[in-house]
Amino acid sequence: MRREVPLAITAIVGFALIIVYFIPHPPFNHSRDFFEDLFFIIAAFAIWLGCLNLLKVNADKVYRQKKGWLFSVVVWFGFFLMVIVGFWEGRGFMNPGTTFYYLYDKLYYPLNATMFSILAFFVASASYRAFRARNKEATILLIAALFVMLGRVPFGYYLSSWLPEGWRLGNITDWIMDFPQTAAQRAIMIGIALGIVSSSLRVLLGLERTFASGE
Amino acid sequence: METIGIWIAALLTLGIFSFLYKDNPFYKFCESLFVGISAGYWFVTTFWQVFMPKLADNLVAGRLYYIIGGVFGVLMLLRLFPKIGWLSRWSLALVVGTTAGLYFTRYLVSNGMIQVQNTIIPLYVKGNLSQTIGNLVIVIGTFSGLIYFFFSKEHKGAFGGLAKLGIWFLMLSFGASFGYTVMSRMSLLIGRMDFLLGTWLGLIR
Repeated sequence: MRREVPLAITAIVGFALIIVYFIPHPPFNHSRDFFEDLFFIIAAFAIWLGCLNLLKVNADKVYRQKKGWLFSVVVWFGFFLMVIVGFWEGRGFMNPGTTFYYLYDKLYYPLNATMFSILAFFVASASYRAFRARNKEATILLIAALFVMLGRVPFGYYLSSWLPEGWRLGNITDWIMDFPQTAAQRAIMIGIALGIVSSSLRVLLGLERTFASGE
Repeated sequence: METIGIWIAALLTLGIFSFLYKDNPFYKFCESLFVGISAGYWFVTTFWQVFMPKLADNLVAGRLYYIIGGVFGVLMLLRLFPKIGWLSRWSLALVVGTTAGLYFTRYLVSNGMIQVQNTIIPLYVKGNLSQTIGNLVIVIGTFSGLIYFFFSKEHKGAFGGLAKLGIWFLMLSFGASFGYTVMSRMSLLIGRMDFLLGTWLGLIR
């Protein structure tokens, strides 16, 4: 029962959705929307599960007074601050002028943007170590990255402004993005499509069943 | 209120930046606050933007079969209780089945068929050398890239040469993607500097 039911649910829902794709008429097309809605609802519950688990882990840290437990209190404070205000505001919680929007704008946004902006420093130090033109492949990667980085900023324009139109860094960047980059991305996308089709079939046929057995 | 908000945002920004020197309690405070606030933000957002319109509104409108979503969702939450946590696999199975069923056709059409169709293009465009070269690059690049991903035959001889060319195209693409990622992080950094030096301190306009 613990293994068979999940496998049956997966196969029934998956094959139903594939069949429905080929019958785009009512009521079959509505069932596709319905399953998509179910997917979003369960995904939202999964987000809630993650949040509740975060609270549980941090509550345990506070209860046992583990090292750095005060920071767990900060996690709880931040969580409940947003939740209480967000539920209080109602459906228009993200409208400009609401308290939730104020918290989003003054707390969430600066923290989020700064957290990701410091990655610029780590990327710089990592690329200093990794970007050595040791072989042809690494050299191609390095040159493409340099062209794209320089071709998208005014400094790159300034560097190549003496060249005729069409040969400047910005033009070369555009050409790289339009042709070789498109070609490689297309190969990757076709590969992904084939991979997803085969792995979906494996899941639906019950050949891949790790998701139904592990804790 | 706006001034207080700007000061709080500035101090939190500096708190995160302080990690560049070394890990410290000020950074840890900002990091913990960020974790809590992010979780709270998504908790509220999913409630108002998913549960209400997709679950509650449908139930209120009389589409009672939407209760299935609620039931499977609650089963997902049972993972928090180890003794009955195995029931969460049922909802996971529904998510996996839906994903497999939807993506099977969606990716086959958008990532497979349409990309193949877009690659079957004229190799010679009369009077347009740049487009001709571009089309050749696209066809050769896509084909050699696919050859590289074909592992059922050993990469030797002409086949190996094509696979090698495929690697070069892939490296070029990864380089371009890397450059784009760096630039997006840089623009975020510039945005934070603009906030600190402009909005907060008023040193730049």
